[in-house]
Amino acid sequence: MTFSPQLEERFARMLTAYPEGRKRSAVVPMLIYAQDEVGAVTPELIDEVARRCEVTPLQVDEVVGYYSMLHRKPLGKYHVQVCTNISCLLVGGMELYEHASKKLGIGHKQVTADGQISLEEVECMGACSWAPAVEINYDFHHHVTPEKLDQLIDGLRKAQ
Amino acid sequence: MSKKLYNEPSPLETRILSKRFGLENSELLATYVAHDGFKAFRKAREMKPEEIIEEVKTSALRGRGGAGFPTGLKWSFVPRSSPKPKYIVINADESEPGTCKDRLLMEYDPHQMIEGILIAGLALDAHKGYLYIRGEYRYLIDHMDRAIAEAYAQGYLGKNILGTGFDFDLYTHSGAGAYECGEETALLDSLEGKRGIPRMKPPFPAVAGAWASPTLLNNVETFSAIPAIIRDGGAAFAALGTPKNGGTRLLCVSGHVNKPGVYEVPLGYPMMKFIQDIAGGIPGGKKLKAVIPGGSSCPILKADECDIPMDYDSLAKIGSMLGSGGMVVMDETTDMVKVALRIMRFYAHESCGWCIPCREGTTWLKKILQRFDDGGGRAEDVGLLGELSKNMLGRTFCALGDAAAMPTISIVEKFAEDFEKRLAKDRQMVAV
Amino acid sequence: MPDIVNLTINGQAIQAEKGTLLIEVARQNGIEIPAFCYYEGLTLQAACRMCLVEVEKTPKLQVGCTLPVADGMVVHTESEIVRKARKGTLEFLLTNHPLDCPVCDKGGECELQDMVFRYGAGESRFTERKQHVDEQQWSPVVYFDAPRCILCYRCVRVCNEGMGVGALGVSNRGVISEIVPNRHDYLECDECGACIDICPVGALTSGSYRYQTRPWEMEHVGTICTHCGDGCRTTLGVRDDKIMRGNNRDSSGINGEFLCVKGRYAFDFVEHPERLQSPMLRNAQGEFEPISWSKAFTTIAETFTAVKARGGKFGVIGSNHTTNEENYFLQKFARQGLGTKNIDHHRTGDLATFFDALSGKNAALATAGDLYTAKAVLVVGADLAQQHPFLSYQARANFRHHNAHIYAVTSGPVREDNQAVASVRVEAGGELVGVESLRDKLKAEGDLVIVFGDSIQGDGVRKLVAFGDSLGIPVKYVCLVDYSNSRGAFDMGLIPRDGGMSVEQMLAAKDLDVLWVVGANPLKNAALGSSHAFVVVQDLFMTETAKRADLVLPAASAYEKNGTVTNVCGEVQKLKQAVKVMGTKTDLEIMGSIAKEMKLNLGIWLPDKVFAEIRKTVHGYDVPLPVVDTGGAAPTMPLNGRVPALPGAIQSAGDTLFTSGSMSRYSKILNAVIESPGGLYRR
Repeated sequence: MTFSPQLEERFARMLTAYPEGRKRSAVVPMLIYAQDEVGAVTPELIDEVARRCEVTPLQVDEVVGYYSMLHRKPLGKYHVQVCTNISCLLVGGMELYEHASKKLGIGHKQVTADGQISLEEVECMGACSWAPAVEINYDFHHHVTPEKLDQLIDGLRKAQ
Repeated sequence: MSKKLYNEPSPLETRILSKRFGLENSELLATYVAHDGFKAFRKAREMKPEEIIEEVKTSALRGRGGAGFPTGLKWSFVPRSSPKPKYIVINADESEPGTCKDRLLMEYDPHQMIEGILIAGLALDAHKGYLYIRGEYRYLIDHMDRAIAEAYAQGYLGKNILGTGFDFDLYTHSGAGAYECGEETALLDSLEGKRGIPRMKPPFPAVAGAWASPTLLNNVETFSAIPAIIRDGGAAFAALGTPKNGGTRLLCVSGHVNKPGVYEVPLGYPMMKFIQDIAGGIPGGKKLKAVIPGGSSCPILKADECDIPMDYDSLAKIGSMLGSGGMVVMDETTDMVKVALRIMRFYAHESCGWCIPCREGTTWLKKILQRFDDGGGRAEDVGLLGELSKNMLGRTFCALGDAAAMPTISIVEKFAEDFEKRLAKDRQMVAV
Repeated sequence: MPDIVNLTINGQAIQAEKGTLLIEVARQNGIEIPAFCYYEGLTLQAACRMCLVEVEKTPKLQVGCTLPVADGMVVHTESEIVRKARKGTLEFLLTNHPLDCPVCDKGGECELQDMVFRYGAGESRFTERKQHVDEQQWSPVVYFDAPRCILCYRCVRVCNEGMGVGALGVSNRGVISEIVPNRHDYLECDECGACIDICPVGALTSGSYRYQTRPWEMEHVGTICTHCGDGCRTTLGVRDDKIMRGNNRDSSGINGEFLCVKGRYAFDFVEHPERLQSPMLRNAQGEFEPISWSKAFTTIAETFTAVKARGGKFGVIGSNHTTNEENYFLQKFARQGLGTKNIDHHRTGDLATFFDALSGKNAALATAGDLYTAKAVLVVGADLAQQHPFLSYQARANFRHHNAHIYAVTSGPVREDNQAVASVRVEAGGELVGVESLRDKLKAEGDLVIVFGDSIQGDGVRKLVAFGDSLGIPVKYVCLVDYSNSRGAFDMGLIPRDGGMSVEQMLAAKDLDVLWVVGANPLKNAALGSSHAFVVVQDLFMTETAKRADLVLPAASAYEKNGTVTNVCGEVQKLKQAVKVMGTKTDLEIMGSIAKEMKLNLGIWLPDKVFAEIRKTVHGYDVPLPVVDTGGAAPTMPLNGRVPALPGAIQSAGDTLFTSGSMSRYSKILNAVIESPGGLYRR
């Protein structure tokens, strides 16, 4: 498997960051960056990361199951993550999640039929003082109201 | 590129770590250097390693990640003379619900933290650092990569830093979604490419940490406090706080307040004054019901317990913790059943599954609370919630089990009436 | 002098070596601290929290399995708080356990059942829905039922640490954490079943045993595995004259708990439908027809007597799998009864030169235990993990527990490379050059065991021993031979000494009058030169050799008889009969009956009587009877003066983990798992 030149360059740098003989250290970052490009952690990707990091595919597989941001199935092009943890809960996070679910017609970790948008109810993502918060892919949105969320989602639909 | 602050600062703050927040291009190295940046490093360069550690001890700085362990003491545990390479690992896995301060320290003033890391490197004879940033903070990884590149380009990282002959390399490392990786030994396993399962201690990371080498782990905010301590002296920093609770810290206030945000105050700052005057009080003139003082792992405080100074020891005295500085304020309308459920859903989701009491306990508690919230509560549930939590408390492999048990125990004990009310309501529904 | 500390457990004053784990100290003193994840010899986990104990002056309960004892420690393992903690942990554990004990294979020998019985609550307060996932089949022999799993990680560790395979891992997290196989949904591994054996509950079950019986319905018969030469004890679970399973749960043999796929599963050839169950004589039409045993014996006796009387030529080929008693009796029969020196067996290692080269130094013969205790182990020209999995396990355990230095000189990658301080790759035949390159490293070792395969023969053996002698450190050796009694066959004298003919010579001889083959298949890839020879074959199956026979006798396998065998390291152990297959007789009984029919006086043919004779007459076999009788392994001291060179070829059959001569062809299990990568010199 090969990745984009930018990612290949990142991986090359990554593998030099850790001490001699410790390529395994690159497993988690390599998986998440590769997932962003490939769309999911596929069996081929597991084998590839294992090869590059000099570990067994099983050792990579164990890691994939552990981290909540790693997904074996593709997410939407836009992954809408709504926090409902305590700080967000107190200021409407749960209602926001339910609003998003209704608007998109999908539930937790589901993807819209066109494959464009996926939804996830997530744990605290470090935006507590500016709650409720939503992260779309890696972009944070603070003080999100149902109206603002509508605009955001409509914007994603237009961007397609 | 100047960025709008996420919240307006308060005039009541004591801004030491956050003093550059809001400056034009505050994240740039040039801005940092123009505002006292790297003075501390130059000073540290002239100090003996033990003097640096002594200064940190004098500052009475305690770890800002949550446990509040004295930082100077932790530094002194790393065997400087070990023939193995020594590593510095920066815990930027900020995941404790209610906490969002490390984000700002990296976003607005990355070089302050880098300077702190370099000073630790001098003190411990360490030459490599790894900045473990939670995967959700991708923009901060990119941001820190830029800041690090800038520092390398201008001679603040890499070989022979500022002509001092001191070498240091700093790398970012992405997590991928796991609260448990905030626990320092789980973080190390994650850094080594494994599942984030906490390690057995001893050996402690100071002796055998990353790749079995002596390793210093501190939180972003802890490292960010170091430049001020070295620059202005540990005593000056200590004097800002209360005895054994040196300096200022960033408190993140969220929930039912008029001005939620991140504010820097000295240790020992009165909690009610903070809520009223800095966080702007409770909206709609409602009454205070409860406060989680330092992230969701901390036992919850009833309104009448909140008239206290915010330092590690005062909070400990009333059976809670200052934790990671994530203060969650709840008004009188808050349904504590929902709060308890949401907290337990979090811990059940984040339990690594390694040990039985945490793995099974958090899930069982979550299921009881979910049933209770769904209207299927039973009178015996309240007692069971407390008892099961106590069966986890102190018996799990790492502190996550305690973190799940403590808030639950405090909620069912202090807010039993919320549960009673629900039961009464359920009975009414059945009667109708 | 170890540092001794004084401590108190439950009021009992105890002395122990400083730093020993509390759980071990307690056990040594008869106090049980319960645990699931703690397992002697494997890495510590501290995961199950069952071993929490109260230690005075510490704020919370302490983990007994990771706590080193210290002077003045006051421990309570049965206090109210400890009992309550255990009860709480068991209650947690049962929340997602299916409690399907009535149909679970493990019922009756389940550690979770025992633990709940002893320490658990009488009732359950859990009223929520349990987590459920469906059962999975990971290989022909391994099934996994995740809901039963308590996540003690024993299976993961035994596979990774014990076997050096690492085919099991943990995926997901929290309550949905589960054990996963290395190929996503199936296993690619040694199929040794160690994971099943070590599982404290019924999460991992065996393809051949599951849902077949209740444990208490079986009799447990400890005997020696009849496949490779390592001599592992396998405890056969027998019900109604049928072997239900093999394991070594009581750790009674030299192998402790170790067993490979053969020892654990490959007993099924015993009941293969093609087992020979009646003597058969070739009739006038050239076809086999069943005859009675008495007719068989008289036919053979008459033929043998006639050929002997006219001074005809006999050839006798013995077995690598039959007992010492049978081998001894066979060579006695040949030499005294038939008056022939033409006796041999399939030789798979050059024991003759090896014994000669050692010149009487019995102390230089390594036992299987030595591989676990030596400071260094050198493997020359052998793929231990494939051919001698227990010896491989011993070296690996030595590395894990004692940091032993492992060296490998082989013509391909071997599992030992993973532990080796130095692996040298050589062309096959160039092993000694590779060995020489390690001279300086080996000289610096405290002591050494050299294990060598059939690529070292003749002069090579002498050179290797000379090399060992020149190192200036204590060196012991293992000359590898293939099968369960290869060593015994040699020691008992199934060899063409004093001018006898080798196997090859017998097969080639055009003038052979009788060929008597006991438990061997020399015609598998060879033709018989003598067209007129009367061929008698004793075997379990209609092998290539049996097909050429004039008279075939159905023999009993090692699992169907008593007697002794000698393993690759020269250790004598006892077989114990587990089952009887209708229509068969042991080779000893067959030979005794023929002797009786021929009116030969070769002594009583009861295994114990023959063994008594062996102890008196075979050099180095005067082993202490109590050791052997109680299931122990007694090392023999067979070296005695010069051993002349023997004619004939020496070649290992090159069996892998999944093959075992002709027996493996009749093992359904071995044939089912054989697709797994089992080639020599492959990992």
